[in-house]
Amino acid sequence: MAGLATLHPSSKAAARGWSDLTIRNIFIIPTIMFLIIFNVFPLIYSLGYSFTDFRASVNEPVNFIGLANYRELLNDPRIWNNFWVTAKYVMVSVFGQMVIGFGLALLLNRKIPAKGLITTLLMLPMMMSAAVVGLFWRLLYDPSWGPLNYVLGLGNLAWLSDANLALYAVAITDIWMWAPFVMLLSLAGLSAVPQHLYEAAAIDRAGSWYTFFHITLPLVSPLLLIALIFRTMEAFKTFDIAYILSTQPTTELVSIKLYKFAFQEWQTGKSCALAYIVLIMVLAITNIYVKYLNKAKER
Amino acid sequence: MLRRTFLSLTLGTAMALSGAFHAAAQAEELTIFWAEWDPANYLQELANLYTAETGVTITVQTTPWPDFQTKAFAEFNAKGEAFDMVVGDSQWVGAGSTGGHYVDLTDFYAKHKVLDSMAPATVKAYAEYPGNSGKYWSIPTEGDAAGWAYRKDWFEDPMEMEAFKAKYGYDLAVPKDYKQLRDIAEFFYRPDEKKYGIAIYTDNSYDAMLMGIEGAIFSYGGELGDYSTYKVDGILNTPKNAEAVEMYKQLYGFTPPNWGKTFFQEDNQAITENLAAMSLNFFAFFPALANKASNPNADVTGYFANPAGPDGKQHAALGGQGISIVSYSKKQEESMKFLEWFIKDETQKKWAELGGYTCNKAVLESEAFRKATPYNEAFYQTMFMVKDFWAVPEYAELLTQMNNQIYPYIISGEGGSAQAVLDTIAKEWTETFKKYGRGG
Repeated sequence: MAGLATLHPSSKAAARGWSDLTIRNIFIIPTIMFLIIFNVFPLIYSLGYSFTDFRASVNEPVNFIGLANYRELLNDPRIWNNFWVTAKYVMVSVFGQMVIGFGLALLLNRKIPAKGLITTLLMLPMMMSAAVVGLFWRLLYDPSWGPLNYVLGLGNLAWLSDANLALYAVAITDIWMWAPFVMLLSLAGLSAVPQHLYEAAAIDRAGSWYTFFHITLPLVSPLLLIALIFRTMEAFKTFDIAYILSTQPTTELVSIKLYKFAFQEWQTGKSCALAYIVLIMVLAITNIYVKYLNKAKER
Repeated sequence: MLRRTFLSLTLGTAMALSGAFHAAAQAEELTIFWAEWDPANYLQELANLYTAETGVTITVQTTPWPDFQTKAFAEFNAKGEAFDMVVGDSQWVGAGSTGGHYVDLTDFYAKHKVLDSMAPATVKAYAEYPGNSGKYWSIPTEGDAAGWAYRKDWFEDPMEMEAFKAKYGYDLAVPKDYKQLRDIAEFFYRPDEKKYGIAIYTDNSYDAMLMGIEGAIFSYGGELGDYSTYKVDGILNTPKNAEAVEMYKQLYGFTPPNWGKTFFQEDNQAITENLAAMSLNFFAFFPALANKASNPNADVTGYFANPAGPDGKQHAALGGQGISIVSYSKKQEESMKFLEWFIKDETQKKWAELGGYTCNKAVLESEAFRKATPYNEAFYQTMFMVKDFWAVPEYAELLTQMNNQIYPYIISGEGGSAQAVLDTIAKEWTETFKKYGRGG
């Protein structure tokens, strides 16, 4: 029991005769039960459904159909189109967030007046509800009375009605909302870079690009990779902003397709199968990132 | 011992009484679920009259239209008791009945002679499933269909009339057919003046844009398929239906800018904000156009029924809902009593006066109803020529498949041709029916 603190003989728990193990269980078991009931059980249950033709909206017998749902989904070019749309969205959105978030962090890492206030203001978007952000940007994008076109002098540019533009409009909104998250993690990383390294580089007359690529970036990269992992996972699952902003087929992310299968068409079995395909993809992408993260930490 | 017995008896009586009071209190409250729109407010007003008569409190609970179907079916699937009755969409009858969510009202229909009092087309669309089975699951409540509003002042302007006649060779008036509708839309399409020809539905969620497409298809003499055999190929993808879809695409070309995702709000705005000469909408949204407070052009707004197709056939897409008793409700008896009251001629008359679109034959045909508002005459004409979408339990899949093909074609010309688009939909619908074992 070396790792665990033992009870003080005069404590109430000790007086009741509770051991360290009992107290540990009192804290852990409710959480584990909660996770089992609300996470693990539905996960396993839905895996079972994914092999059936179950439809929640009808009182019909459920039939085991093996891998038919998976086969049907993976052979459907429209589902692959949903994945392609999602991939494009993830790339644009996460790239934008990383560049803008890290750029903002570099600016805020300097000595500037009202730095605390500016940082707080910049973090406001990510504190808002996604539904509110979606509705707010829908107004901003409106070609007739939205201020965005007016300010940028874009005339009547139909951001959300134009099939080619709509996905980028959704990605811009997501970048606006989540770049501050990357900024926050980057700031934490930047503030942890030892100053003496910069001083040594200055003595060696290293240029600012050299300092950035050989000191700043390598030392901040583990935190940047963590931001990348979180944002990729979140962007892959994006539903709310895209659902509120546009119903264009070109913005139908895989999560929206999943929602339609599950709650509009009530193809419950098929939607469970799609959810598992998405889960496997997210896990695979995350694993690749984690591998890079471990390498970055080792350096 | 005596004291203990007395105490037990007192407690038992108190518990029994409280249980009885609780049950009585429960029975005196009914909840009706509907979408968030004006007719739901009218229904609440009507229900207040029932409360005054019987003491039974009725709450009309609402949710925005985009969530209506999802919320209702989520509650049904959970076998929840949150709603005693639901004013469900016409397409829901199949899913509601076969899913066991709706109470069978066939005996109620026979006992109260509902077929004698309601317009036949509405009973068929809102209540009967399967088609021609004689089994009924709801009471027609809010009759609705797609109709048109137009700017009378633009149409009656002598200069416009003269210019129109010179260009098209006939008088500018309410369009008799789709060709005239297109001509008028083209005539008033003047982007330089910020005036546009027509406002149509283009929202690809649920059945919004498809209501407009269906109206064209039905008037062109087409059908969406054979509702009894589930045959689609050769019925949906006919050259006539392709012409109808092509016509809708042409009409889209005369809409205001950024008209790629529009539904009832935008179509009413097209009239209130002087954007378009004509606007497609459900009749349920016309009260807002007839009201000067919400439409500064109310006095110069006219209404007409969906025009005919090239062969003179005239039909319209059906909207509207029927009220059903939810099978998981514990207050089915009390709900039946409310429906009994609701179908009475005098209640239906009151329903129409409040703004509800009654489906009661006697009220619909009365002069008083037809002259009550500027749009009631067009509504009356429309309700005798309505046709509806599939009411099968998998209707939502069919809607998605049709939206996926039609929307990109109308908005950006993707999919090749109207014929190719309809061929794809016919193929997908046939596969869907096959998947659910329909049509042999």
